[in-house]
Amino acid sequence: MIYYDKVSKVYPDKTIAIDNVSFGIEPKEFVTIVGQSGAGKTTLMKMLIAEEWPSDGAVFFESANIHRLNRRQMNKLRRRIGMVFQDYRLIPNKTVYENIAFAMEATGKSSREVSADVPHVLELVDLGHKIWNFPKELSGGEKQRVAIARAIVTQPDIIIADEPTGNLDPTNTYEIIRILQKINELGTTIMLATHNKGVVDTVGGRIITMDKGKVVKDSREGKYIL
Amino acid sequence: MVFTTLKRITRTGFVNFWRNGFLSFAAIVIITLSLCAFGAMIFTGAFGRALLADVKDKVDINVYFALTAQEADMLSLQKEINNLPQVASTTYVSRDQTLAAFKDKWQDNALIMQGLTEVGDNPFPASLNIKAKDPGQYGAIASYLTGKNPEDVNGTPIIEKVNYQENKLIIDRLSRIIPIAEQTGLAVAIILVLVSVIVIWNTIRLIIYTAKDEISVMKLVGASNIYVRGPLVVSGIMYGIISALITLGIMAAVAYWSDTVILRLAGVQIAADFDLIVNVLSNYFRDNFAQIFLIIMGAGIILGGVSSYIAARRYLRV
Repeated sequence: MIYYDKVSKVYPDKTIAIDNVSFGIEPKEFVTIVGQSGAGKTTLMKMLIAEEWPSDGAVFFESANIHRLNRRQMNKLRRRIGMVFQDYRLIPNKTVYENIAFAMEATGKSSREVSADVPHVLELVDLGHKIWNFPKELSGGEKQRVAIARAIVTQPDIIIADEPTGNLDPTNTYEIIRILQKINELGTTIMLATHNKGVVDTVGGRIITMDKGKVVKDSREGKYIL
Repeated sequence: MVFTTLKRITRTGFVNFWRNGFLSFAAIVIITLSLCAFGAMIFTGAFGRALLADVKDKVDINVYFALTAQEADMLSLQKEINNLPQVASTTYVSRDQTLAAFKDKWQDNALIMQGLTEVGDNPFPASLNIKAKDPGQYGAIASYLTGKNPEDVNGTPIIEKVNYQENKLIIDRLSRIIPIAEQTGLAVAIILVLVSVIVIWNTIRLIIYTAKDEISVMKLVGASNIYVRGPLVVSGIMYGIISALITLGIMAAVAYWSDTVILRLAGVQIAADFDLIVNVLSNYFRDNFAQIFLIIMGAGIILGGVSSYIAARRYLRV
């Protein structure tokens, strides 16, 4: 489904963020990328949505080279990828409902679908009662759950979660991970980046360890913890 | 689909406008001020033109005919003058009309009326008032008159006097000042418009700058450019419309208020004597309302909308 082919990224100041990385992700996999800050996890994920460009090598989504897509194709691709960030990236002057509705409207869903699906997906992340609140009225965990709801409402093929628990306490962290696992069980591929050992221990599954831009370990033998 | 998109964009634009209350307010204040510069320019132009036209109108030359001149000769001279390309209009005033006007003016003054009776015969000459199309052309007309000076049957010249020499100084000055005044006015107008455009453009750019994170989130969710930019343009146009309405209100108030102030300062009598200044702005505003409305509203909408459109562009390249 996704394939990184000998990807390298060197910044103009000669910092090497990613050094000749190759690996693939199968559909319905739950892949956790582990590494210290600066190991290249975020850069790797940003390449998937063409927010970063590789200096060398190529990133493929199915058979398409992501960095060769034109703008229209890129928008279509981004709609197939749900994204969750450490800093939530909700739109501050939109309500919870509108934040999620916006992602659906952007993909051209009808108004009827929007008004039916948004409350449903909010129930799924257990936020049905905060539907008309603004992001600033929510706790960190709640914000992250809204962000996840926004990521899944368009029924993407893959969810990319970049340190989604970085700003959360252990209880909320555990809940977010549980939600991601639930989404994965429903058939969505998940790519999760983290440096939290507790998270790694909880998720199990396939774990790719990165250090200084290189993949140092790719263990497929891990089991799902259900 | 197109309709749904349009509807969503408009709605989002409206909602953003209300939610960003303070920003919207600030934008409207600044755009209103800039549009007021437009308005001030329109008014100064109108006032200046009215003043200039009036001054131009006041400048003229008078031909005083000899008392013996025959009316037919004078009228044929008037016809000839009328045919000159530089002449805008001529008015012939006969001896009787001059006398009547004099009597009318001084009828309450017994001394003058008595003096007039003692003179006996009508002492006033007939005259021809000539207005040129341009103040610079009086010299040519005057020399034409002196060169021409037709004679009546007895061989006496019918023109007694042309008062061009007396008016020459003021006419020369005016023909120098008027074009300079017009050019200066135009230059000031252009600078004001440029400043307004730059100020509005910068304001909108700052507002969109504060939304740049949102724009990038929208792009990452896969929203097409029109979805991100559309609401910003809608908000921009709303700033423009509201500012334009406020500006038009201010202009109307200024137009009517200025009339009252001039009346009060000058006094009704003097204002009536110089009837040019009174009601210039309010008349101008009323007569040209459609045009003024289009200019101000158009400037508001175009500046608000186009600035938003362009300003959003740099943040769309995510």
